[in-house]
Amino acid sequence: MKLTGLGHDKTATMVLVALAAVTFIIPFCNLALPADSPMHFSAYTVSLLGKYLTFALLGLSLDLVWGYCGILALGHGAFFALGGYAMGMYLMRQIGTRGVYGDPLLPDFMVFLNWKELPWYWLGFDHFWFALLMVVLVPGVLAFVFGWLAFRSRVTGVYLSIITQALTYALLLAFFRNEMGFGGNNGLTDFKELLGFNIQSEAVRAMLLMMSGITLMTAFLVCRWLVNTKLGRVVTAIRDQESRVRFLGYRVEMFKLWIFVFAAMLAGVAGALYVPQVGIINPSEFSPLNSLEIVIWVAMGGRGTLYGAIIGAVLVNYSKTVLTGLMPEIWLFSLGAVFVIVTVLLPDGIVGLLRRRLQEQHS
Amino acid sequence: MTSFAENSFGEDEKSSSGILLAEGQLDTRHGPILYLENVSVSFDGFKALNELSLYIDAGELRCLIGPNGAGKTTLMDVITGKTRPDTGSVFFGQTIDLLKMDEPAIAQAGICRKFQKPSVFDALTVFENLELALKADKRTWPTLFNRLNGEQRDRINQIIETIGLGAHHQLRAGILSHGQKQWLEIGMLLMQEPKVMLVDEPIAGMTHQEIERTAELLLSLQGQHSIVVVEHDMEFVRSIASKVTVLHEGSVLTEGTMDEVQNDPRVIQVYLGG
Repeated sequence: MKLTGLGHDKTATMVLVALAAVTFIIPFCNLALPADSPMHFSAYTVSLLGKYLTFALLGLSLDLVWGYCGILALGHGAFFALGGYAMGMYLMRQIGTRGVYGDPLLPDFMVFLNWKELPWYWLGFDHFWFALLMVVLVPGVLAFVFGWLAFRSRVTGVYLSIITQALTYALLLAFFRNEMGFGGNNGLTDFKELLGFNIQSEAVRAMLLMMSGITLMTAFLVCRWLVNTKLGRVVTAIRDQESRVRFLGYRVEMFKLWIFVFAAMLAGVAGALYVPQVGIINPSEFSPLNSLEIVIWVAMGGRGTLYGAIIGAVLVNYSKTVLTGLMPEIWLFSLGAVFVIVTVLLPDGIVGLLRRRLQEQHS
Repeated sequence: MTSFAENSFGEDEKSSSGILLAEGQLDTRHGPILYLENVSVSFDGFKALNELSLYIDAGELRCLIGPNGAGKTTLMDVITGKTRPDTGSVFFGQTIDLLKMDEPAIAQAGICRKFQKPSVFDALTVFENLELALKADKRTWPTLFNRLNGEQRDRINQIIETIGLGAHHQLRAGILSHGQKQWLEIGMLLMQEPKVMLVDEPIAGMTHQEIERTAELLLSLQGQHSIVVVEHDMEFVRSIASKVTVLHEGSVLTEGTMDEVQNDPRVIQVYLGG
């Protein structure tokens, strides 16, 4: 009897079914049903759900790093933001002459800064395939360089958490600067088209929700496969007894590195799906607070389960939408309260609570 | 283990750099499999090891005893690459310089260790714990696509029987008793097909029966593996050891059979504080 497996597959299946429903039924109800039908979902709801799904993907990627490999990364939002910027750069270049200044090549903010030509690192972003490549490559390379230095020097625990936080804070400050060429404080916005389609149209929004859902489900299945391989077991072992793994002959730093890089790429994809749905990317996405919030989603859902991260991300963000609408001033307090309650009373999160219930029923 | 007899003529240059570690390069023609010479380690001025020299023969079962702070665990740390000595040399066979290798490389070369506190992976099952220890290509990519073949499965099941956990192979290691965890860790050592096993306090927390079975197990392994056991329980040491080394204040005080050692006035003085 494998106690860890109890109720595991059932919950995972339920989460997948729910995701499939959101992914396929909601866009259908939005597009095909008349606006006065009770089953109709508004464009607002569609965008909101699409946003939640990208957050769920981001939470999933952090769970891989934190829940399975034990690396409490407090700067995971940086990879999300970088993926978002890569997509934003593509969308900026799609604007063309429709900008305020009508420059065929330069985005508005560059014209405003009196720049004469496009910086070299903006080249290529007029191609969608190139932007997609950068969406995974930029976060991946940054994670590789950072991880290579940190894991080889055996920086662990709270020290590692602090430098990941410093990383995202440094990027926040850098992206604020106009000289960086990423729109400074305002970031990238005023997008018009995605692959030639009007980005504001309901059909594109519904498609983006579907894409987010499909990507999330695929990522979930891939991650599930990954943690059930021998590599997944090595990674879990690293979480629990790092030095023991080393004395078994595994190069712990390489395992950590590849998990970290893979998760950063997933976070980049999440960011790329997020930006067209919210219509803006600015340096605030690098804010350390955002990265802390991801940790709270995962902790609340239940780490080390993958689907827990999805549940946590959706629930916390739904509460955020509701609460910031009703009483914006209490949101941060309630977030803090939730984190304290989860840490003290629910160390395994909501999923842990559900699983305990299931076990009680069984016995 | 047939490899002890195989030599490595002309390979000295490569293997002394510790890069090529294939079986058969271990050179034990002169008898010893571990050479520690004039090894010193100090922590903030405290000399944990002080000009220690020790030789372990291939296939030997050696017990290390000594009062607390004598340097037994530090010695194991030095051999397995966890601690770098300030001075001295540590060789595996005649040609492989362990001081140029890190922990995973030393483990892959065939020196495996059981920790004082049982270190098993609580979240994984007994079977999975052994699977991770199994001698295999331990780089990331081959590990990702690794699938156990029938032979490897048989080997794991065979070890599970050897360590007496046959009824528990699907249990999570975290819920095993202390003694069972100790055995599981010994099983993990065996999975690695080690040439040298360093076993730190194997019987702590075991019942009398378990202690007897551990002694039988260790005795049955000598000859195939070189085993170094650190233990405080003198009765246990007497039941397994043909040769005992006594450490005191970071160096070797004396070596010999249990009787010789126990009658040595210096040993008596160290232990009784006389």
